[in-house]
Amino acid sequence: MYQYNEIDQTLVDERVTQFRRQTEQFLKGEITDDQFRALRLRNGLYVQIHAPMLRVAGPYGLFNSTQFRKLAHIARTYDKNYCHFTTRQNVQFNWPKLEEVPDILAELAGVQMHAIQTSGNCMRNTTSDHLAGVCVDEIEDPRPYCEIIRQWTTLHPEFDYLPRKFKMAVSGALHDRAATQFHDIGLHLVKNAAGEVGFRVLVGGGLGRTPVIGQVIKPFLEKKHLLSYLEAILRIYNLFGRRDNKYKARIKILVRESGLDKFSALVEKEWSQLRDNNELSAARIKAMKEQFIAPAYEDNANVDESYAQLQETHKAFATWVKFNTAAHKVPGYRAAFISLKAPETPPGDMTDIQLDAVADLADRYSFGEIRSTHRQNLILADVKQADLFSLWQQLASLSLATPNIGTVTDMICCPGLDFCSLANAGSIGVAKEINDALDDMDYVHDIGDLKINMSGCMNGCAHQSVGHIGILGVDKKGAEWYQITLGGSSENEAAIGERLGPAVAKDQITLAITKILNVYITNRLNDEPFLAMVNRVGVTPFKEQVYANN
Amino acid sequence: MQIIKDKQIIDDNWNYVADEAELVAGNVSVSFPRWQKDKADLLAHNGKVGVRLGAVDCVEDIAADLSTIDLIELAVVDFADGRLFSQAWYLRNRFAFLGEIRAIGHFMPDQVFYLTRVGVNAFAPENNDYLPFVLSNLNDFSVKYQKSVN
Ligand code: SF4
Repeated sequence: MYQYNEIDQTLVDERVTQFRRQTEQFLKGEITDDQFRALRLRNGLYVQIHAPMLRVAGPYGLFNSTQFRKLAHIARTYDKNYCHFTTRQNVQFNWPKLEEVPDILAELAGVQMHAIQTSGNCMRNTTSDHLAGVCVDEIEDPRPYCEIIRQWTTLHPEFDYLPRKFKMAVSGALHDRAATQFHDIGLHLVKNAAGEVGFRVLVGGGLGRTPVIGQVIKPFLEKKHLLSYLEAILRIYNLFGRRDNKYKARIKILVRESGLDKFSALVEKEWSQLRDNNELSAARIKAMKEQFIAPAYEDNANVDESYAQLQETHKAFATWVKFNTAAHKVPGYRAAFISLKAPETPPGDMTDIQLDAVADLADRYSFGEIRSTHRQNLILADVKQADLFSLWQQLASLSLATPNIGTVTDMICCPGLDFCSLANAGSIGVAKEINDALDDMDYVHDIGDLKINMSGCMNGCAHQSVGHIGILGVDKKGAEWYQITLGGSSENEAAIGERLGPAVAKDQITLAITKILNVYITNRLNDEPFLAMVNRVGVTPFKEQVYANN
Repeated sequence: MQIIKDKQIIDDNWNYVADEAELVAGNVSVSFPRWQKDKADLLAHNGKVGVRLGAVDCVEDIAADLSTIDLIELAVVDFADGRLFSQAWYLRNRFAFLGEIRAIGHFMPDQVFYLTRVGVNAFAPENNDYLPFVLSNLNDFSVKYQKSVN
């Protein structure tokens, strides 16, 4: 994992000093609401329904145990003993006091963390594959490039006041787990015909109000041109992106309105004048790769027999292994998911006690490292198979071992009406109700791979448009209603879900979901997954059941 | 009136002349349309010439004239409109402009560190009382992650 050097540390420390001054000025009435809004957003601070909300960056989802202990401390000292993991691999605190935020940021800087550019119309935290560096289908580890991009984007003097927010994701594996097709810029490490590794660059993808699948602007970009090419895209966007209407200000609209050819010609012209003087040196890439070298794996970790035996004797353990662990490139190791989707807690939430305990488990079993995922869970990426049983037992005692990763109860869900001032409808309560209706784990496991994403409004923070089942809260004359979509996906076969029909009332939404699941169970072919079935039969059979009585 | 130039508070020795107004003696700055219209007169004028650009003006359109211009003013109407950062970058980096680049109007004192990095070297905030504060903000950061003009 990347360790700060003196420059990194100085930068975050100076940022805290700057924000402390800005907060004091605001509290003394020396700067306007509008000005402070722009400044606080660039430090992760929103104003929500009840209190400010502070979003802390999880750089491409990586944390260490010291940082988790600090998050626990912040939750205990400045908040209500919990925090929330988001779909962009960040962490949110829902109850900080405005005047204490500079102190929180100073605490974070003390463990090499910050909240810089986690909101506002600027370049945001770059996200990546949660299995980077350990998965079996990797072309190259994306993390060194993520860190290079993190540094390049942080306090970039030219691009901090963009027309709108700007998000990038990097994937290095065959299977795209970073939703690169739904980002302003998606970077996918690929091999060309000559066997060299470079980036396929996508532009103009995004979720939110107008979901769009990104288009390939550069099928193969040499690594040395990474930053100059990003700079060219950002400069064209900064100058030509629409600023007259915030709903049309994302780069996807610029790309659509000008057409990919014209947009790409502008970028190409800009880039041609930049690239030769702005190469990313092989030495810099090499030095960055050294920050992400593999931990000291044990040889022969796969010789252990207890792992197989314990799965024979403990069915619950075997189920957890099946659903909550993933293959690892080193024999005898697995990546273990920590489910933040226990039925009784809001998706993605974690208490201070759990944070501390997970920090200890990471130290004991996974080289002190923890990752956050796009689906609001965590991963200990490097666990020896011989340790999985005790890890499972301890996670279970912390309510962190619900064996539901990738299943229908592993919902992603935004804060909705409970916390967000933009929401049309509640989402946490609905997630709970759906969870309660699906309390039979065997049924959940029988349904298998199914992603439900639920957002409380059109902004789509929980990416409902790419959920296999998407649920979107809408307001109908002051009442909470829900629009359902089917067949979305953010992975390789990217697709935007199709609307099932009219929105359903709050007291009908859980019933509608269970009906959809029943249609699937009754009509699937052998072990056909839900998404495949929707693609085969379309939405009609589902529609007929959901709206049967209307 | 005073401004900040090259990290010093100094007296401003430029006058902005509105589009319909008569030129005045000394250093004058005019709008981009007026520059385009009255270029010959302005170059014959006894004093230096500056041009004021708005966020919508394209720097490329003035590139060929830059050797005859001593000041470019970047007028900020909305501090959230970040186009001037790229305009300044173009002036200094792509077109190697050596004269003064001055941010005027509604920029935030908190933005001057970034503005300096993209090549702005003078600041005329709306309110002259802000000058000492703007000056101190020029040193918000002692480190940087990426190349720009400075
Ligand atoms: S989707 Fe809407 S309701 Fe949910 S967090 Fe985002 S803005 Fe708020």
